Amino acid sequence: MKNVPQRSGALLKTYAVLVFFLALQAGGNSAMAWGMKHVPERMSINPALYLRALLNPFVSLGIAALILALLARLALLSLADLSFVLPVTAVGYVLTVAVGKVFLHETVSNQRWLGALLIFGGAALVGSTSRNTTSSEPVLNEAQPVSERFE
Amino acid sequence: MKWLLVSVTVIATVLSDLAQSHEMKRAGEQSVSARGLGRLLQLIVRRRLLILGMACNAVALGSFMALVQTEPLSFAVPASSASFVLETLLAKFVLHEKLGARRAAGALAVLAGVVLVGG
Repeated sequence: MKNVPQRSGALLKTYAVLVFFLALQAGGNSAMAWGMKHVPERMSINPALYLRALLNPFVSLGIAALILALLARLALLSLADLSFVLPVTAVGYVLTVAVGKVFLHETVSNQRWLGALLIFGGAALVGSTSRNTTSSEPVLNEAQPVSERFE
Repeated sequence: MKWLLVSVTVIATVLSDLAQSHEMKRAGEQSVSARGLGRLLQLIVRRRLLILGMACNAVALGSFMALVQTEPLSFAVPASSASFVLETLLAKFVLHEKLGARRAAGALAVLAGVVLVGG
């Protein structure tokens, strides 16, 4: 059985990775949305248009952030249950709505704010449950030095 | 056509998340330091289920983009959030996670919130 400092360290790490993921997702989505609004061509099935859109620095910055977010989500799935990760990462919807309102000056209806409130409440409820309820043993990191496992 | 795209989006999302969650639990705890991110990239290359998960992710993204080209976001987001319910149930029955009343209630509140945000 894990001792208390080890458990709280792992919990802290889980939330640190979660915050990292949410920041990358909100930043990546916003940068891409901002960049796409300044791309003159309308997107179609033609892949060349998407490649040309990558020349916009905000679009490429957004995609880089979203790729990093994908890796951070994988790390998060190694730390917590899928049924824990799904609701808590939904807070990203709220951040995207807030960033859209503040930086992109989008109109946000009362219905969306109510939805955001429900997401926050639900995520807080899920966040108060145990993050990992399965007991599968790691098989890949056995050769990894103990000092690196909690870097 | 729109329900076909919704179905493809939902099924691909569910398969992607189940495969990724299963593999990442087997891989043990990972970090997001520079070395940790490098290790995650190596993992993706080495584990077939992770590659399958990424492929399903790409299919889900493609079908979602096709969906929002013809349907409003207010339909696409709530309709594709059906994956949320399916994934939570499969996490219990396939990944053997313990849901509990609090986690189930929280997940339902989040689902309602996602539907409202998308609507």
